[in-house]
Amino acid sequence: MPKDPSIKKVLVIGSGPIIIGQAAEFDYAGTQACRALKEEGMDVVLVNSNPATIMTDKDIADHVYIEPLNVASLEQIIAIERPDSILPTLGGQVGLNLAMALYEQGILEKYHVRMLGTSADSIRKAEDRQGFKDCMESIHQPCVTSEVVNTVEDAVEFSNRIGYPMIVRPAYTLGGTGGGIAYDEASLKEIAARGIYASRVGEILVERCISGWKEIEFEVMRDSAGNVIQICSMENIDPVGVHTGDSIVVAPTQTLANKEYQMLRTAALDIISALEIEGGCNCQFALNPDSFEYAVIEVNPRVSRSSALASKATGYPIAKVAAKIALGYTLDEIKNAVTGKTTACFEPTLDYCVLKIPRLPFDKFTSASRTLGTQMKATGEVMAIANSFEGALMKAIRSLELNVHCLRLEKLIDVPRYELEDMLKETSDERMFVIAEALRKGITKEEIYNITKVDLWFLDRFQNIIDMEEAIRGPELPDADTMLLAKQMGFADSYIAFLTDHTREEVKARREEYGIVPSFKMVDTCAAEFDAETPYYYSSYDVENESIPSDNPRKVLVLGSGPIRIGQGIEFDYCSVHSVWSLKKMSCETIIINNNPETVSTDFDIADRLYFEPLTPEDVQGIVELEKPWGAVVQFGGQTAIKLANALTEMGVPILGTSAAGIDAAEDREKFDEVLTKCNIPRAKGTTIFTTEEALAAANRLGYPVLVRPSYVLGGAGMEIAYSDRNIVDFMKVINLTVQEHPILVDKYLMGREIEVDGVFDGEDILIPGIMEHIERAGIHSGDSISVYPPLHLEDKHKEKILRDTYNMTKELGVVGLINAQYILYDDDIYVIEVNPRSSRTIPYISKVTGVPIIELATRVMLGEKLKDMEYGTGIYREADYFAVKMPVFSFEKLNEVDIAMGPEMKSTGECLGIADTYPQALLKAFKGANMKIPKRGGRIIITVKDEDKGEISAIARGFQEMGIEILATEGTAAYLNAHGIEAGLVKRISEGHPNIEDLIRSGSIDLIINTPAKAHESMQSDGFKIRRCAVEHSVPCVTAVDTAQAMLTVREHSHAAELVPIDVTKI
Amino acid sequence: MEQSEEPDGQPRLSGQKQNKSKTVKGGMSTMKATLILENGHVFVGKSIGSTEDRVCEMVFNTSMVGYQEILTDPSYAGQGVVMSYPLIGNYGVNPEDDESVRAWPEAFVVRHLSPRGSNFRNEGTLDDYLKQYNIVGIQGIDTRAVTKILRNQGTMNGMITCAEHFSVEDALEKIRAYRVTGTVERVSCKAPEYFPVENAKYNIALLDVGEKRNMTRCLNARGCNVTVLPCHTPAEEILNGGYDGVMLSNGPGDPADNVEVIAEIRKLYDSDLPVFAVCLGHQLMALATGAKTGRLAYGHRGANHPVRDIRAGRVFITSQNHGYVVRSETVNPEIATVSHVNVNDGTCEGLEYRNKRIFTVQFHPEANPGPKDTEYLFDKFLEMIDDARAGKEAAENA
Repeated sequence: MPKDPSIKKVLVIGSGPIIIGQAAEFDYAGTQACRALKEEGMDVVLVNSNPATIMTDKDIADHVYIEPLNVASLEQIIAIERPDSILPTLGGQVGLNLAMALYEQGILEKYHVRMLGTSADSIRKAEDRQGFKDCMESIHQPCVTSEVVNTVEDAVEFSNRIGYPMIVRPAYTLGGTGGGIAYDEASLKEIAARGIYASRVGEILVERCISGWKEIEFEVMRDSAGNVIQICSMENIDPVGVHTGDSIVVAPTQTLANKEYQMLRTAALDIISALEIEGGCNCQFALNPDSFEYAVIEVNPRVSRSSALASKATGYPIAKVAAKIALGYTLDEIKNAVTGKTTACFEPTLDYCVLKIPRLPFDKFTSASRTLGTQMKATGEVMAIANSFEGALMKAIRSLELNVHCLRLEKLIDVPRYELEDMLKETSDERMFVIAEALRKGITKEEIYNITKVDLWFLDRFQNIIDMEEAIRGPELPDADTMLLAKQMGFADSYIAFLTDHTREEVKARREEYGIVPSFKMVDTCAAEFDAETPYYYSSYDVENESIPSDNPRKVLVLGSGPIRIGQGIEFDYCSVHSVWSLKKMSCETIIINNNPETVSTDFDIADRLYFEPLTPEDVQGIVELEKPWGAVVQFGGQTAIKLANALTEMGVPILGTSAAGIDAAEDREKFDEVLTKCNIPRAKGTTIFTTEEALAAANRLGYPVLVRPSYVLGGAGMEIAYSDRNIVDFMKVINLTVQEHPILVDKYLMGREIEVDGVFDGEDILIPGIMEHIERAGIHSGDSISVYPPLHLEDKHKEKILRDTYNMTKELGVVGLINAQYILYDDDIYVIEVNPRSSRTIPYISKVTGVPIIELATRVMLGEKLKDMEYGTGIYREADYFAVKMPVFSFEKLNEVDIAMGPEMKSTGECLGIADTYPQALLKAFKGANMKIPKRGGRIIITVKDEDKGEISAIARGFQEMGIEILATEGTAAYLNAHGIEAGLVKRISEGHPNIEDLIRSGSIDLIINTPAKAHESMQSDGFKIRRCAVEHSVPCVTAVDTAQAMLTVREHSHAAELVPIDVTKI
Repeated sequence: MEQSEEPDGQPRLSGQKQNKSKTVKGGMSTMKATLILENGHVFVGKSIGSTEDRVCEMVFNTSMVGYQEILTDPSYAGQGVVMSYPLIGNYGVNPEDDESVRAWPEAFVVRHLSPRGSNFRNEGTLDDYLKQYNIVGIQGIDTRAVTKILRNQGTMNGMITCAEHFSVEDALEKIRAYRVTGTVERVSCKAPEYFPVENAKYNIALLDVGEKRNMTRCLNARGCNVTVLPCHTPAEEILNGGYDGVMLSNGPGDPADNVEVIAEIRKLYDSDLPVFAVCLGHQLMALATGAKTGRLAYGHRGANHPVRDIRAGRVFITSQNHGYVVRSETVNPEIATVSHVNVNDGTCEGLEYRNKRIFTVQFHPEANPGPKDTEYLFDKFLEMIDDARAGKEAAENA
């Protein structure tokens, strides 16, 4: 069936801010789908509250609304744009739920909007628990049987029907407190009783226990004609029980024989047919490792994290094909873009092995429990391709950027065998390293299998790596045969160097003497059965190299930003992709190296050539030596790319724009101080130190409070505000837990307004597209602050000073391209905090709000063009007619045992934007986008703040009271407020008995908590920590800075939802 | 690599002493093996399976699972199979997954052979299995490069040797001279075999020109007693055997070589017995009715081939294994029409015979390995038989 001609204008909903469980994969899918829709001549309306996305670019959609993702704002947009259709399956669960809400509330019908692709009925069938169960029963697909019960007797009765073992899960307790696995009636009675007691509602879920079963996924597609195909099979190395987003996943499946494989493939196709899905779908199964028994775990009738992975793993563009199916095409009418010859109606076949490893945030949240379970905790992931499992594993480990280049963790080396046995029982992000160490210590594979249920085939692969380590270890470099095998197994030169006590350069030289160099293979969807056109490569150590470099003299290497983690988010992918597009416009050939399967940059039709590889000096060098690029761009890929600047320079690749030396000068404290002195720019006094003694001396010289932080870190990791010598001693202890190659910075802490600018410098002139002001004062990481454009409190003289200072520093540092600078407005003067000669997380939103294509301009000046020859002028660009507020978004409910209080260390995972004519309206939109509810008249709030904040908070409390909101406070705060004429009811602290503050939060009668911590890292036993966690776990908004509370009050005083008007940012 | 102990150090071919082999953990050999292709390309790897010299026709298969079913598919007799998926042997071997009485290929080429099979049904390693059936193998080579050679230059002959020293020129002479012949006779059963089921509703004759056991399983599962007949069974025997229908199986080699079998199949065509044919059987029926077959450049071997069922208007993913194809333009439209086409290259994938209860397909509805999406064709065959019975009853009643 060809395209339906009645479809002309399509609404696409994005997935909103990046949170754990919903990351860049939806920008990738959405962007690909929007491009496919435009290719078909559609007028595309896009709504997403996340400004850091590529999908919200005017190049991607025709009408772009960066607005809160809720029914009210969507209805407004539909009324304005009047799309004839909506595509609900591209924006993750958020987009799907919203589309369903619009359907169910009759809004789609009211405006005559059709749902394209999978129908609302099908979505409901897949999403509704009972509906899904019924549907699966009707096609004889087994589900995991479970029942909700309230008594021990009912639990026993249910298990008599389905057998042991059983899992007991109490309802509404976090982290499964009170649950467990029952192997017989006696243990069931005990666990069920405990669970019912632990549950707030006296309810438990009793479920057939499938722990230890293999977790297998199939990505499948279906079109309106009923054609069904499988795209990719995937096997989780961890058995069922660990969220697939937190599991190491291999594609295709490795331990399934044809019989099991076809059984599950057929099941997946039967499911997608029964649900009548038109588009892509992900089916997850649990498979008993000792029989053919299986159960359907979950079905997602939309594009997902797994579909992004499957697309990158196979080369099959799932989102694009899904979009075309939604327009009415059948699979056999859609071309396979990879081969250019065959159609989309076929099943990709792989001739390599793909491995995904999740990127967990435990390096940032050191207090968080590392245990993995059914709640996803990963912020991002890496993927590696190789023609052996070992090779893919070693590449993926390198790609994680955890300073680990092999299957070995330093800290486990001295752990004794018996302790390792215990550690094997824990499913954590370090489990593969624990397994490897256990093998090294002689625990047998069978024992490890019995504990972990990680298939013996995988354990054999781990053993292979360990055997190879032993074969290499020694004073001599390995012989040619061993060297080749080691390289084929993915051993980095640096690891071979470590094992033989040589340098990486020596290993490389010997390897090249042997004639062992990387060759590159193509990802072609068809295992070489057809001649393919995709320039998508991975490295191997093989006979044939398939990547034939062009002789284009203008060939530029763009380094991506690797896995998404806190501090390095989707914004850097936005920058990398835009840089590629700009380079292409300037007739350069572009080469991307990246390893993140969730991103747009790793779509094979973005750059001219894509290498899916780790971002380490050795891996990059292999590509450089083949391609011989004319230059490399490192400014756009965050720290990942910046860190490679020196290595690239040593390889003889010119860095386009700011040189490695310039980058170094901005990061190096002493060099930077020289620059500032030379330019006569004031900054908070500070110094660099190595030892605790030096730190104490420095702090006392500067006067408390001081900021302490390691240099060369992401997102303020390890930064603390110290108020006393004791703080210094504590912080230094923490910092020195990891070996510091670079000095530690100690600065005087200035408590003022934080200002941020992004600029482009061409060597002569600077353009500052916009100046931003942070709502929270200095001391809270800029990534976690609410950022306002244009600034509210800057006078012209301040702006002029900022322009002048930025210009001078930038020129002195030798920047060519991007510059991001942060200042403090303190006591009517401007102090510089730091300067980064690279892209920042604010660039996407400032580009969109001001209309200045910052990345394009930066790319052009890097290639020698001058700002004065471009259309955007120099100096500070004129302010936009709108206010734009960027609001951080956190994922605390996913991470137990993490303090939600904001501080110098970044904690947010994503952001949303509010754009409006006035500041309060923009702020309200931003709060709505972040799903932060602001208390209304008749509401109740709790205030409990540290002494330093009591003066300021009383004005805010008065404001809320005048808005008709009841104030409750803990003893000290209440006394202060009452003394200042504000009525505040007393609420008990946790330590003061019941009913206390926690009981109140649990009761659901509190609308907001304002709690400021006494210091950045409060103990988990403190009242403050517990109150804040309690708020997160019961979805009660909790703000931890006085300024954020003030912002909420401002919104309440100045705006009403009805006044909000959606703004099409393409018209700015 | 170990040196040959031969004193003269002269290049040699088969029949001469092999180089010494080392054995490492897992019992796998580290003996050198060499794959020589007809075009002169040489790939050096490690020996797996048997260590004899072996010349055969090299083909590649793109299936990611199902190596045991591939090895026991009689259609590979006379051939060497290159697996394009690099990790082979992961789940070992088991007796249930055999598709015939033995493994047939002459040679087996993989990138990595797993020394252990990990699966609840596993009963042995693939390496031992290859040795058991005297299949010569090689691992540790760039199988993608081999696949690309076969794709670009077409199916060609090759040889695997474990000799330390040999002359490529001598080898090439042997390689060029090789041709797959007489394989149907070799793989076909020697005497009829009977596979009954309880409460059978149908009696089916399965003419074995290289049958895969799953055809019998598919028919058994649908209430058919199945009699597997040797390839040279005269048509009369089938027509007078009291069968409700006949299936022509898949099989190896050039279909046109089977002159006698084709003559007998012509008699089946001339009768009113319902016929369902697969792969080689499909080609033989076409040849028996005047159409011609031709050779594909590099064949279709894999589990992901899209085939359009023209009447259903739908595409099905099929399992395939064939180097020859019925040339659509030679099919007499008076006799048969093309019912299925390959979506990738437009070649003939199925024929429906006019005014006959005969339909044939090029692909493998019995799967094993591969998707079972077209297994419904067995139902279609039985519906055709029901239809024939109803017609017969109606005629008798009249």
